[in-house]
Amino acid sequence: MNTILFIIQKEFIQVFRNRMMLPIIFVVPLVQLIILVHAATYEMKNIKVSIIDLDISSTSRQMISKFEGSPFFIIKNTSFSEKEAQQEMKKGNVDMILHIPYGFERRLVKENAAKVQIVINAINGASAGLINAYSTMIILDFNREILIDFLSPAMLTATHNINVTSSYWYNPKLNYKTYMVPGILCLLVTIIAFLLSGMNIVREKEIGTIEQINVTPIRKVQFIAGKLLPFWIIALFELAFGLTLGKILFNIPIIGSLWLIFLSAAVYIFVILGFGLLISTMTNTQQQSMLVSFFFMMIFILMSGLFTSIESMPEWAQRLDRINPIAYFIRIMRMVMLKGSDFHDIRESFYSLVVYAVGIIGFAVWRYRKVT
Amino acid sequence: MENPSILVRNISRSYGTVKALDDISFEVPKGELFGFIGPDGAGKTTLFRILATLVLPDKGVASVEGLDVVKDFKKIRKILGYMPGRFSLYMDLSVEENLSFYATIFGTTIEQNYDLIKDIYCQIEPFKTRRAGNLSGGMKQKLALCCALIHKPAVIFLDEPTTGVDAVSRVEFWEMLRRLKESNITIMVSTPYMDEASLCDRVALIQDGRIMKISKPEEIIADYRFQLWAVRSGKSFELLKDLHKYPGVRSVQAFGQSAHIAFEKSILSMEDLHKYLIQTGHENIEIEEIQPNIEDCFMELMIQ
Repeated sequence: MNTILFIIQKEFIQVFRNRMMLPIIFVVPLVQLIILVHAATYEMKNIKVSIIDLDISSTSRQMISKFEGSPFFIIKNTSFSEKEAQQEMKKGNVDMILHIPYGFERRLVKENAAKVQIVINAINGASAGLINAYSTMIILDFNREILIDFLSPAMLTATHNINVTSSYWYNPKLNYKTYMVPGILCLLVTIIAFLLSGMNIVREKEIGTIEQINVTPIRKVQFIAGKLLPFWIIALFELAFGLTLGKILFNIPIIGSLWLIFLSAAVYIFVILGFGLLISTMTNTQQQSMLVSFFFMMIFILMSGLFTSIESMPEWAQRLDRINPIAYFIRIMRMVMLKGSDFHDIRESFYSLVVYAVGIIGFAVWRYRKVT
Repeated sequence: MENPSILVRNISRSYGTVKALDDISFEVPKGELFGFIGPDGAGKTTLFRILATLVLPDKGVASVEGLDVVKDFKKIRKILGYMPGRFSLYMDLSVEENLSFYATIFGTTIEQNYDLIKDIYCQIEPFKTRRAGNLSGGMKQKLALCCALIHKPAVIFLDEPTTGVDAVSRVEFWEMLRRLKESNITIMVSTPYMDEASLCDRVALIQDGRIMKISKPEEIIADYRFQLWAVRSGKSFELLKDLHKYPGVRSVQAFGQSAHIAFEKSILSMEDLHKYLIQTGHENIEIEEIQPNIEDCFMELMIQ
């Protein structure tokens, strides 16, 4: 037991003697939280619109002013030429073209139906979908208003109307930050734990100190425990630090139990450390380890449900995600922090992480050999 | 030999198709300073790593203090001091931190075994707060030796401890080893420097994974059966070439400014050689009869 303590002590001395380490521990979470939370957002504001109004009627004006009045849209230019509008979109100056054809008002009055065309830049499919949804909403709204104008009050009451009111649970203000912060905290803990542990043992291999350690009576379980525990402590500290920052900077809600968050994190970090350790035992240089770590981390992060929802991934990808530890942890964090889930609600993810942790650390310890 | 400290019987080890060690056997009695001399790639490090329980032999048995290197590796690691060829202490820890780290993982303290390392440690103690990475080559080796000795091992293996160390530090280092012998520690040391062989109790010459000879340094010199002259001239490079061409010369080796030539006893005369060298355009020629040193003997063994 004492031996483990001495290794931990040694590791801590080395970590804090590394001049880059303190900035990494304190500045990285700050920067990540501030930049990523603000930048990685799906909220659409300032959608730039080009308008082609060939009708120039009071109805078409009314519709355009609807768009003008919306906080989401900015009217960038108006023209009569479709070509010009398309040029603007090609240059990337506008995201959407609203095309009101000649005879719009007349047709609306005479035939009770008229068409407008919306052209959306769909390079980013997700935002195109959102633009479409926003503009459809506006047009529907407009539609209802002109109904009132055109129809007699008697007819109006006769029309059946279903009115949908929605309320958003767990994130009532649809605040994107509330959704992002727990995920970014997961990312932060993951990166710190993964890279530190992945680089550590391989570093001893690279500089040759492992030779000297291997001839000592130290047992490999002691050695590995002494190697992993410092990073486990640092990663947990990092989570606490990140949560505090999130609370101060974004006032993110923490509805569930903090203990549950940290208990899950404690298990999760072991999974990540185990991964790093495994990579460390299989590689010979820090460079190799770095590349392999990045490979796994990229896949795990992009498939973690941090940016895109797991439910919208294809069936096979969802099944593949069962081996993605980050996905489990992000799910737990979001459920506990935003929904206030208790242990019973997250038990499936939690037990999966426990099994994962035992499995991967066991495998890594078995792989690590003192003798060649 | 009764209960040798180190016993090696028919050890072989290959890496792929390369035979690093080929059927090696030898014994080292308790408390001996035993040297392994051989060029780079001779198999010294592999042998050390097998005895230090880091590499498993393909064939043969080896034991340290009666403990088998394969079966009892755990026990061996407690009584063994090992100093790898490459500096392998923590560069980012200070001298003192390195030493106390190694002491604690062996379950001891610096104070407990201070006697053993006192002579060596007092030389680096003024720098004990300095990081190991900032020490000079010689001081690094002293620190590494301290770390290998801190748990009072019965046997220490030093793999090329003087490679890359300046001449003064090398002499100091060997003095330390001689003093350590008094503590009845078996010391096995390897070196590519042949001049260091004469400082060992016994030496083994190893080449291409085989032991060419094991003997006391004096005996190796006594066994030398050729005659040796040291030859000098103004043009040392041409001298070597011209001496090679001279009939009867068995070997020519450069030793600093002069060339040593070996030949069957009394088949050459100094005057004839002198004339030959003048003919081939040499000036300031000096030829003298010399006694063989250990290096001459090894050179001879290696061309056999």
